[in-house]
Amino acid sequence: MAAENKDDCESYLHIYSQMRRIRAFEDNANQLYLSGKMQGLTHMSSGQEAAEVGICEALESTDYITSTHRGHGHCVAKGAHFREMFCELLGKVEGYCRGKGGSMHIADQDNGNLGANAIVGGSAGIATGAALTSKLLGKKDVAVCFFGDGALGQGLLYEVMNMASLWSLPAIYVCENNLYGEYTHVSEMAAGDLCARATAFGIEAHELDGQDVLAVKSLADDLVARARAGEGPFFVLLNTYRYHGHHVGDINRTYYRSKEEESDWKDNRDPIALFGTWLRKQKIATEKELEAIDEQVQADAKAAVEYALEASYPDLSEVDMHVYAANA
Amino acid sequence: MREITLSQAVNEAIAEEMRRDPTTFVLGEDVAEAGTPFKVLSGLVEEFGTDRIIDTPISEPGFTGIAVGAAMTGTRPIIDLMFGDFLFLVMDQLCNQAAKQSYMSGGKLKVPLTLRTNLGATRRSAAQHSQSLHALVCHIPGLKVAMPSSAYEAKGLMKTAIRDDNPVVIIEDKLMYQEKAAVPEEEYLIPFGEAAVLRKGRDITLIATSSMVQVALKAAETLAADGIEAEVIDPRTLVPLDEDTLITSVRKTSRAMVIDEGHQNYGITGEIASRIADKAFYYLDAPVQRVGAMDVPVPFSPVLEDLTVPTVDAVVERVRAVVEGRLHDVA
Ligand SMILES: Cc1ncc(C[n+]2csc(CCOP(=O)(O)OP(=O)(O)O)c2C)c(N)n1
Ligand SMILES: [Mg+2]
Repeated sequence: MAAENKDDCESYLHIYSQMRRIRAFEDNANQLYLSGKMQGLTHMSSGQEAAEVGICEALESTDYITSTHRGHGHCVAKGAHFREMFCELLGKVEGYCRGKGGSMHIADQDNGNLGANAIVGGSAGIATGAALTSKLLGKKDVAVCFFGDGALGQGLLYEVMNMASLWSLPAIYVCENNLYGEYTHVSEMAAGDLCARATAFGIEAHELDGQDVLAVKSLADDLVARARAGEGPFFVLLNTYRYHGHHVGDINRTYYRSKEEESDWKDNRDPIALFGTWLRKQKIATEKELEAIDEQVQADAKAAVEYALEASYPDLSEVDMHVYAANA
Repeated sequence: MREITLSQAVNEAIAEEMRRDPTTFVLGEDVAEAGTPFKVLSGLVEEFGTDRIIDTPISEPGFTGIAVGAAMTGTRPIIDLMFGDFLFLVMDQLCNQAAKQSYMSGGKLKVPLTLRTNLGATRRSAAQHSQSLHALVCHIPGLKVAMPSSAYEAKGLMKTAIRDDNPVVIIEDKLMYQEKAAVPEEEYLIPFGEAAVLRKGRDITLIATSSMVQVALKAAETLAADGIEAEVIDPRTLVPLDEDTLITSVRKTSRAMVIDEGHQNYGITGEIASRIADKAFYYLDAPVQRVGAMDVPVPFSPVLEDLTVPTVDAVVERVRAVVEGRLHDVA
């Protein structure tokens, strides 16, 4: 693929910047945790940026996504701001969920992110329901369900894919296969052919290199357009890798994956480095220009972290607010 | 006596029972090499191999159903459910299938399985990894429910659970895995349906479960300094419940408070309070008090989460109000 015009160039640089933003967000979140400023369970998506950005760049802000426990990347990719995100991770009232959700339940209502989910596979129904809304109300919205290879174990996924196919829903099931569910390799958890799970329901399935952001984006452009036109649902299997442990506390990993494997992915298949090289080769950006993007992103992240650290916690009276929605 | 952690106690109980009965096996996510995320089962796979310490896919309803079928046909599965919150995923297999087999078959079938899982908030794990859902399973006839509050109880109750011919749900406090207690080297079992009186007192009976036992004991210590003597009882199993011990104590102290980390609405505290009201009403000097978790999903924000769980201070304050007859001032 080559850069044809100025719009294309801008869109490529936006893709680059979004991937950088995810990496910077995760690096800062990791630091917050390691320095004891953030509590709880948190899962880094570093290494999976091309999958997240490649898909979300094909979506409008009115399209829906559902996300997972490893959800910061999806949230950034769908257009969220650092400030509200860091505030949420720190339990501050200015967070997207007023501090009530935290890392594992972050959602961005304005950009169609229906939320991260701490139940593996737990959002498959929600995404499919969003697709049903789109169909019932005659809208053109598409719903993307992000999930990991581990979620292939959950029966709910198969029930909803069956219904989505029966009813031709505008849903796209995106499986980010990062090879592990917690401390177990995908080969020990999922028997048979992964894509065949979808094709058995008559769902068109695609498998591709999840580290190649342009390949992901171009497939997503096509599938999103077709889903809008009523040709859904679709299934996409993206092969990728998580750089960090399963969660921030998973430091000692050699009993389930080798250091060589980790460095192979980081050194040779890093989605940001690969795309940066491509941008330079295509003369879309110089090394300097890319560095300038990196610096800007770092500065944004730093400012947002500082802001969030100083921000207020919710007033204690909020503890029993929002249990029920107020009837309109 | 030697001291070991609650985690080690559970590990020992399972290892001992697996040595004793070759039909016993463990089924769950990351139970083998990883030894569970809390490392409770570390080392078991080295001794028993992957045929008996079985890693499953992330398929809770599926492996629970498989355990039910395996239990009905001559084995004793131990299901490891990583978080108590995942009970919601397995409810059909547990409550519609496992719990009812004996009854529906007129006593001809049995389901000797143990499901071990956990409860407890304040780990900043938010709404789907912090719940204390034991009341849900207590509600279903056919299930037994054990709630250890120390390493000692965890071991003795686990061994009894594994030997029981019924489905048993045993719920550990995930914040206590590293807490140590004296645990004998020699074998012991703790029978179901026998409460433990952990502290003697004359002024009020504090009935506390699982994570709340420590809260009750600390409150009792503080109160003792004021001359208020609280009796602290841990029922240890909620089904079956040792009503006699509870009622006898309340008849003696004439006041009672039930403390439990489940939501207060429609929960354990209401059930036990009502049994006391039934059987000790004429001995009571004050209404039976219920102290449960706040009726909200567990919030992430640390400042909010801490408000949702009963604390020592809250218990002390409420006990003072009861004993001093000021109840309705604070209500
Ligand atoms: C229903 C359910 N079971 C188990 C867990 C515990 N758990 C959290 S993440 C995870 C692994 C998920 O693997 P995968 O879907 O591949 O996502 P990844 O972590 O690789 O992004 C497990 C088992 C959970 N949160 N929900
Ligand atoms: Mg995975």
